[in-house]
Amino acid sequence: MAAISSDNRGLRLVMRYTVLTLIAIIFVFPLVFMVMSSFKPDLQLLRDTSSIRAFLPVGDISLNNYFDAFDRAPVGLFVFNSVLVTGLTVLFSLFLCSMAAFSFAFLEWKGRNILLSIVIATLIVPFETIAIPLLLMVSKLPWIGFEGFSVGWLNTYRVQIIPWIADGLTIFLFVQYFKDLPRDLIEASRVEGASWWQIYTKVVMPLSGPVLATAAILKFLVMYNQYLWPLIVVQEETYRPVMVGLGYFFQLNTAWGEIMAYLTIITVPVLAFYLVLQRAFIASIASTGVKG
Amino acid sequence: MKLKTTLAAALLGSTGFAGMAMAQTELTMWYHGGGNEVESNILDGIVSEFNAAQTDWMVTVESFPQGSYNDSVVAAALAGNLPCILDVDGPVMPNWAWAGYMQALPISEAALEGHLDATIGRYNGEVYSVGLWDAAVAMYTRQSTLDALGVRTPSLDEPWSLEEFNAALAAAKASGDFEYAFDVGMAWTGEWYPYAFSPFLQSFGGDIVDRSTYLTAEGALNGDAALAFGEWWQSLFTEGYAPGTSQDPADRDGGFVEGKYAFSWNGNWAGKVALESGIDDLLFLPAPDFGNGSTIGAASWQYGVSGTWEHPEGAAAFVEHALQDNYLAAFSDGIGLIPSTAEAAAMSQDYNEGGALEVFFELSNQQALVRPVTPGYVVAAKVFEKALADIANGADVADTLDAAVDEIDSDIESNGGYGH
Repeated sequence: MAAISSDNRGLRLVMRYTVLTLIAIIFVFPLVFMVMSSFKPDLQLLRDTSSIRAFLPVGDISLNNYFDAFDRAPVGLFVFNSVLVTGLTVLFSLFLCSMAAFSFAFLEWKGRNILLSIVIATLIVPFETIAIPLLLMVSKLPWIGFEGFSVGWLNTYRVQIIPWIADGLTIFLFVQYFKDLPRDLIEASRVEGASWWQIYTKVVMPLSGPVLATAAILKFLVMYNQYLWPLIVVQEETYRPVMVGLGYFFQLNTAWGEIMAYLTIITVPVLAFYLVLQRAFIASIASTGVKG
Repeated sequence: MKLKTTLAAALLGSTGFAGMAMAQTELTMWYHGGGNEVESNILDGIVSEFNAAQTDWMVTVESFPQGSYNDSVVAAALAGNLPCILDVDGPVMPNWAWAGYMQALPISEAALEGHLDATIGRYNGEVYSVGLWDAAVAMYTRQSTLDALGVRTPSLDEPWSLEEFNAALAAAKASGDFEYAFDVGMAWTGEWYPYAFSPFLQSFGGDIVDRSTYLTAEGALNGDAALAFGEWWQSLFTEGYAPGTSQDPADRDGGFVEGKYAFSWNGNWAGKVALESGIDDLLFLPAPDFGNGSTIGAASWQYGVSGTWEHPEGAAAFVEHALQDNYLAAFSDGIGLIPSTAEAAAMSQDYNEGGALEVFFELSNQQALVRPVTPGYVVAAKVFEKALADIANGADVADTLDAAVDEIDSDIESNGGYGH
């Protein structure tokens, strides 16, 4: 009887790993295809697409596509721009949206439910519908910087960052998470004389690792993949991000190998960011909780 | 004393240079070829020589990826942020002129003498843009293919008739030597459709819109000639002559060279690649004559001046400078496009007498027909593209063309006739 039970467990384990392996293959193969193709000349790349060779480092393998990609476009500049814009937006967004959510979740003030409903309602408004009005607005906005007073935000980093800091989804995520935190903690802190700022910084945020990681990853993906907005507000190459830069590789005769090399390069920051936050995510879950 | 003299000379010299630099008005130029190293280098060379050759203007270039260039210009126009010199695709120019994004280019007619008609963007009787090259489409095939199929080799004077072309397609299919007889390039989308396929429609006697008024597509896109075209177009796919809209882009790029197709409808820009692939009996044939003459698309990228710029004469000075034959030949040698003058063609590597791509200059010269010169073209082109894709996928020809006409007419009406 024990032997049968053990066999069943073994079979289940094999099946589970088989299914998980298949799922992993489905998700990993596009990445493998991208990386392998980035080492192949165009003609071989196109020929290999019809066979398993597309996923293998076989044939005429070299780094030429990478060198050519850097010759064709300022790849380093595009990656720097995207990482800078994305990084700053994520940081500001986590800070400001969590504060807004803290207010919605814990502070008592008139109209907060209505305002929260309005914030959440913005989730159903596609960005494309407000892109043009927003463009007209930012093109006329004043700014005081190191270079003095100026009008118009076009062709700057700030025009790619500031309009994206606050968003309904991030606030909503924080609100939902904060509402699930034990109220005892907040009330105990208030009884001990803590200010709201202290509760936000010393009590709530240290417990918010999971939502911070989730919100950061979602925001990072949205910002790193930005295309339409930088396309219409940035006309100078100096401020151009990676997704708009991808267009440099689509010429009359498309350079597929260079495209794969470029995509491989620009995927690195995304993977690195995810891997870093994955650890934070797990650590946050492990350390979250209220001891009785 | 010597030191003082040197310092004084340096001061005087730097002041002089500063004065010269200050006297030059900056002309920002937007250019669609971001990522095209060869083209960019040639353009940068022209700009440097222009800037050094005179003291009034200083051109600076801002490059954009071609795929998103038009969107960037429209967004900048909305935000009031257009540059001085605009790069514009020929058929789009009337729309930008009508919308006020561009103004007439004050360039002398003398400077345009000898240029291919299609390289000069005229709208409402005025020159708005000028191109340094043109592109042309031809029927790629091999002499050995024609011989094996027993098909006559057509010429500019005697292109294939509809019957001859259909017979060639049938013979190619019957031979069993090819995956498909005819690669029309369905994997390419966007402007390729009206550029490459509307000449077939025009050769049948139809058009995207009625060019006599530009106020309707009625009759032009759904008349008898257009219906005949639509039926023929659909037959390419129902008869199995051509791969449909699901054509693999890889096959479009390399299928003809690999021998998958007997005939390929492609542009001169692909000519060098095909020649270098080792095909030693490659032919570039003229478009068939479907009853109303052989026609191919025309008008490539051109330079003009933005609508709000206060010194259009600066843009005109740059364009005139760029129209030198040696520059036109340099572009041709670099990127394979057709020089806009016979003199430049003679100087070029591929389009001179006996050059590998010489035939394209004459194709452009004799068969080129610009797409409808109307601001409504940008919408009509998209409607036309969708209609052709639908017909290729089996939609009813008459219904599809009628619906396309309704959509184009509705757009013209809602824009007050686009000023026609």
